[in-house]
Amino acid sequence: MDLLVHYLSLATKAIFIENILLAYFLGMCSFLAISKNVEASMGIGKAVIFVNGITVPLNWVIKTYLLDDGALSWTGIESLASVDLSFLTFICFIATIAALVQFVEMFIDKFSPSLYNSLGIFLPLITVNCSILGASVFMDERGYTLGESAVFGVSAGVGFYLAIVCMAAIRFKLRYSNIPDGLKGLGITMILTGLLSMAYLSFSGIQL
Amino acid sequence: MKNKKTFIDPLVDNNPITRQVLGICSALAVTVKVEQALVMTFALTFVLVMSNVSVSLLRKYIPSSIRIIVQLTIISTLVTLIDQFLKAYMYDISKPMSVFIALIITNCIVMGRADAYAMQNNVKDSFLDGFGNALGYGIILVLVAFFRELLGFGTIFDIKILPDFLNNGLMLLAPGAFIILGLIIWAQRSITNFVEE
Repeated sequence: MDLLVHYLSLATKAIFIENILLAYFLGMCSFLAISKNVEASMGIGKAVIFVNGITVPLNWVIKTYLLDDGALSWTGIESLASVDLSFLTFICFIATIAALVQFVEMFIDKFSPSLYNSLGIFLPLITVNCSILGASVFMDERGYTLGESAVFGVSAGVGFYLAIVCMAAIRFKLRYSNIPDGLKGLGITMILTGLLSMAYLSFSGIQL
Repeated sequence: MKNKKTFIDPLVDNNPITRQVLGICSALAVTVKVEQALVMTFALTFVLVMSNVSVSLLRKYIPSSIRIIVQLTIISTLVTLIDQFLKAYMYDISKPMSVFIALIITNCIVMGRADAYAMQNNVKDSFLDGFGNALGYGIILVLVAFFRELLGFGTIFDIKILPDFLNNGLMLLAPGAFIILGLIIWAQRSITNFVEE
């Protein structure tokens, strides 16, 4: 029961209080480019939840059993026990993400064409989405356990989904507004994101 | 003449952040203090110039089907190098930024310039393009950081400028970054007369 409460509070924190997009600015590029369209935003949001949920725990396994100081001691080979490969962290994380995205794309193309059609074009984009690598780096930085990293991965994705769909809905309304020329597009989106992020600040302090 | 244009263009007219909409994440995250912004610019300049040069050197040998993976490998090697360097020589400054240094790997400027420019152009042009874009990025970064540090802490480079009662805590939080950058984008686009559809 305690564990469940712990996971729930971690999830709330990742979704609302420390929203990966609005508090840490990760994934801004795709956020700005795709939030023009509500349908597409939902597509990329789902893809981020999906990929984050897989890559964060997977990267945890790689980091703990291959890269950390003394992580290779499970092999039983003495000379490997003192090896510290943690300087390879970034390369391994991004390689895992790139390979996994490619793999997942082929997999769902074969087994679930309807899912493929809804995620399809967004999956390759995800490789270079900072929020994916960011979630893995945060997981490493904050020393989560395997269970925590799975929860964190999914909820960081959910946070991204909420923020991007919210923004897409606002931008849809914005089409009928009269905005000064220089502020059109990127400028007004940035300021609106600021306001959205201010609204999210009101979640801070919530404890489960 | 062309060299000069390759270099000057990304500084103002075709600025990577305000015009090309690349690399926004780090422009917002590491701009609480001017000092951090300068360190970030230094790290990005190194990575961008080196990756542009390496990709340009290898451009005839990279098959287009696996080019993303090859570019990512080059970039993440460079980022690892700069991260280790900062940890060794500037530990105090780089500690709070280490996540964002790692995220240079997925910074769209680096990938974007490598894929869009260095894959088609020779080494010298790619070098200039990388340098120009990194500087253009740096200008915006330092500008945002200047306003955030001035209005948030009342300091510049930790030297007190404004009295304490003027400090605005909102500038140090995420919304401040978004709004300042939004206003800078507005200013830049009004000056260059660029209107987005």
